[in-house]
Amino acid sequence: MSSLTASPVAPPVEQAAPPKKKTMARRLIPYGYLSPTVILIVVLMVIPIVMVISYSFRDNVIVQDNSVFAGFANYTKVLTDPDFLTAIQNTAVFITVSTVAHLVLGLAFAMMLNTPLLGGVAKAVFRIVYILPWLFTVAVIAVIWRLLLDPSGVVNYVLHTLGVVQQGVNWLGDPGKALWVVTFINIWSGYPFFMISLLAGLQGIPGDLYEAAAVDGTNWFQRFRHVTLPQLRPVIISMAVLDLIWTSQQFALIWMTTGGGPLHATEMLSTYTYKQAFSEYEFSTAAAAAVIVLLLTMVLAFFYVRQQRER
Amino acid sequence: MAVGATRLKRVIGAVTAVATVAFAAACGSSDSGDAASGGNVTLEFAQWWGAELPAGDLDKIVSDFTAQNPNIKIKLLSAPYASTKQQLITGAASKTLPDVVGLDGAWVNDFAKQGAITDMSKLMTDSNYDASQLASQIQVNGKTYMIPVVNFVYPLFVNKDLLAKAGVAKTPTTRSEFLDAAKKISALGGDVKGWALPLDTAVPNGIQNDVMSWLWASGGSMLQDGKPALQTPAVKSTVEYVKSLNDAGVIAPGSLTMKEQDKVEKFTNGQVGMMIDSLAHINLIKKNAPSLKFEVAALPAEDGYTGKRGIPYASWGIGISNSTKHKAEAFKFVSYLMSKDTNAKLSTIANGFPGNKTAQPDFGDSDPLFKTAFDIYQQGYPANEFVGLPKSEDLMRSFDEQLQLVLTGKSSVDDALAKAQQSWSSVIG
Repeated sequence: MSSLTASPVAPPVEQAAPPKKKTMARRLIPYGYLSPTVILIVVLMVIPIVMVISYSFRDNVIVQDNSVFAGFANYTKVLTDPDFLTAIQNTAVFITVSTVAHLVLGLAFAMMLNTPLLGGVAKAVFRIVYILPWLFTVAVIAVIWRLLLDPSGVVNYVLHTLGVVQQGVNWLGDPGKALWVVTFINIWSGYPFFMISLLAGLQGIPGDLYEAAAVDGTNWFQRFRHVTLPQLRPVIISMAVLDLIWTSQQFALIWMTTGGGPLHATEMLSTYTYKQAFSEYEFSTAAAAAVIVLLLTMVLAFFYVRQQRER
Repeated sequence: MAVGATRLKRVIGAVTAVATVAFAAACGSSDSGDAASGGNVTLEFAQWWGAELPAGDLDKIVSDFTAQNPNIKIKLLSAPYASTKQQLITGAASKTLPDVVGLDGAWVNDFAKQGAITDMSKLMTDSNYDASQLASQIQVNGKTYMIPVVNFVYPLFVNKDLLAKAGVAKTPTTRSEFLDAAKKISALGGDVKGWALPLDTAVPNGIQNDVMSWLWASGGSMLQDGKPALQTPAVKSTVEYVKSLNDAGVIAPGSLTMKEQDKVEKFTNGQVGMMIDSLAHINLIKKNAPSLKFEVAALPAEDGYTGKRGIPYASWGIGISNSTKHKAEAFKFVSYLMSKDTNAKLSTIANGFPGNKTAQPDFGDSDPLFKTAFDIYQQGYPANEFVGLPKSEDLMRSFDEQLQLVLTGKSSVDDALAKAQQSWSSVIG
C-alpha cells in the first residue's frame, strides 16, 4: 500500500534577463553543430552543381582561360545532336525495361523465398544463390559477361551444342542486339536489391490479412492482387523510382562492355556526356548534357520525395 | 549539473565550428607538394610507368638521381594509365599539374593549348642541352612539349604453329600474302580466324594500332601539311584492304566491340593467327601460354612497296608542368631520364626502345624476340601520326565509327572517308 502526496507547486521564480552576448552564443550553438554537414553539402554538392550549370551557359570552359557567355547555344547544340537524341532513346529503353524487369523478377524471387512451401535450409540456399549477382562489382560483372557472351564464349557454345544456333552469335558486337544484351546484364546484376527490399516488405504483411481473405473465399491470385500488392505498394513505388534514377546514371557497365557502341547502339546519356568531356574536351556541351540529365533526374526525384511524404 | 552540460554543449559547438572552418580552410589551401624548404626542392612526378614496371624498379632509378642531386627530392605519383590520364586532365584544367608528368603523345596538343605543360625547347636552350641525342620530340607549333622516354613498337605477331598448320611456309610481308595467310588460317575451322581487329569505341586506339598501321607500313600518311588527308588513294586503299579482310571472313567475330585485351587474349589462346600488338605484351603472352610458338615481324606493306616501313609505336613521354616553380630542377630530372645510361636501363626494364638514340638496351636477359623487334624498328621508322594531334582520341573514334559503317555494309568506303575527313577537318582543319 502506498500513499500519494501532492508535491507543492513551486512558485514561479523571477529570473534575471540573460546578458545579450550569452543569448547570442546560445543561439549559435545549433549552427555550430550543423556547420560540418552544411559545409560538406555546400562544398561537395552545391558548388559543383552551380559550377556545372554555369559552365553549360559558357563556351571554352576549363580548357581555355577566356571562357565566354554563350547563352543557350550549348543546349541547342546538344539537343540537335543526333547522337544525344539516340542516347536519350537508348537510356529510356534501358531504364524502363531494367526497372520493370527488376521489379517483376525481384517480386517473383521474393515471393518464392517467402513461401511456406520451402524449408529453412532450402530458403537459405536460394537466398544466397539469388543474391549472388548483387555481390559482384560492376567491373567484375562486365568482365564475366564479356567472356560469357564472346562469339567463342560459353553462351554460344551451349546454344550451339543444343542446336539453337548454327554459329557464334555476336551478342555485344551486333548493333541490333547490343542494347538488349546490356539491358539484360543490368537486369541480372540489379534484381537482388529489389528482391531483398520486397522480401522485407512481404515479411511485414500481417498474416491476419491473408487469413481474413482466405475466410472470404479468395484464391491465390486474388490474395496477391488485393492483399500483397496494396501492402507492398509503398515499397514498390519507392524502389521503382530509385531504380529509375540509379539506372539512368549507369555508366561503368556500359563503358566496360560496349563503350556506347557498336554504332551508338548502346549510347546512353552518361556515356555521351563522358565522351563530350574526356574525349572531345567539350566541357561546355558536356555540362549542358549533364544539366539536362539533372533536370530529368529531378523529375523522378520529385515523384520520389512526394511519394515519401505521402507515406 | 545542468550548467556543466550546457557548458559542455557550448564547448563542443565551438570546437566543431572551429574544426569545420579549419577543415574548409585546409581544403582551400592544399599545396601541390611543390614545396621548397631549406634549399631542398621536392618535385612531384605523376606517371603510370611505375604501375607497369616491376615493383621498385622506378624507385631505384629515381633514388639514383636523388643520390646525385641531394637537394632535389622526387615524389613518385604512380597510378594505372587510365587513372593517370583522368588525373592529368583534371590537373591540366585546374592548372594544378604535378611538376613533372608522364605523357601520352595523344594528350600533348590539348595540354599544350591549355597552357598546362611548358615549352621544353626553351629549357633545353637555357641548359645547353644537346637535343640531337633525342630520337624524337613531340612539338606543337614548333615548340617541344613532350620527349618520348621509352617507345613501344607494334609489330606483327604471328602464331607459327597455326601458320604451319595452314600450310603457309613464309611469314607474310605483303598485303596479298597476309590476306592469303589469313584465309588459310581461317579455313582451319573451329573458332580460329586469321586476324583480330579491335574497334571498341570506348578506347578507340585500334584505329591507330590496327588500321592506320597498314597505311604507315607502306609509307603512307593520313595528313598533308598538318591537315587531314583521308581521301587520298593511300588511305582509301588501306580501308578497302581492311574491308577485304572483313569480306573474306578472316577477322575474328565481335570486332566492333573488341578491346585490345580481347585481341591479345584471342592470340594467346590460339584463336587468332596474326595480330598487330605492342611488344610490351610478349612477356604476358609467354606467361599465359608458355607453349605458344610465335614470332614478330614487320607489318606487311602494299605489294611492290620497297621503301622504309613505318611501324606504329606508343611512348612513355615526359613533360613539365607550366605552373611548377622549379622548371630548371624538373628539366634536370628529365635530362637524367634521357641520359644515355639511364635511358638504356629504363628501356631495358620496360622492354621498350630508348628515346635516346645513343642508348643501347641490354637484350642479354630479354626474350630474343625483343632483339628481332629492335632490328625491325631500326630498319623502318617509328610512325604514329596521331601523336601531337588535338583531340586525337576523338579523331580515332570518329574514324572508327565510319569504319564500322563500312564493315557493316551501311556505308561505302568513299562516303565513310568523306565523312571522316569532314569530321577531322572540324578539329584540325
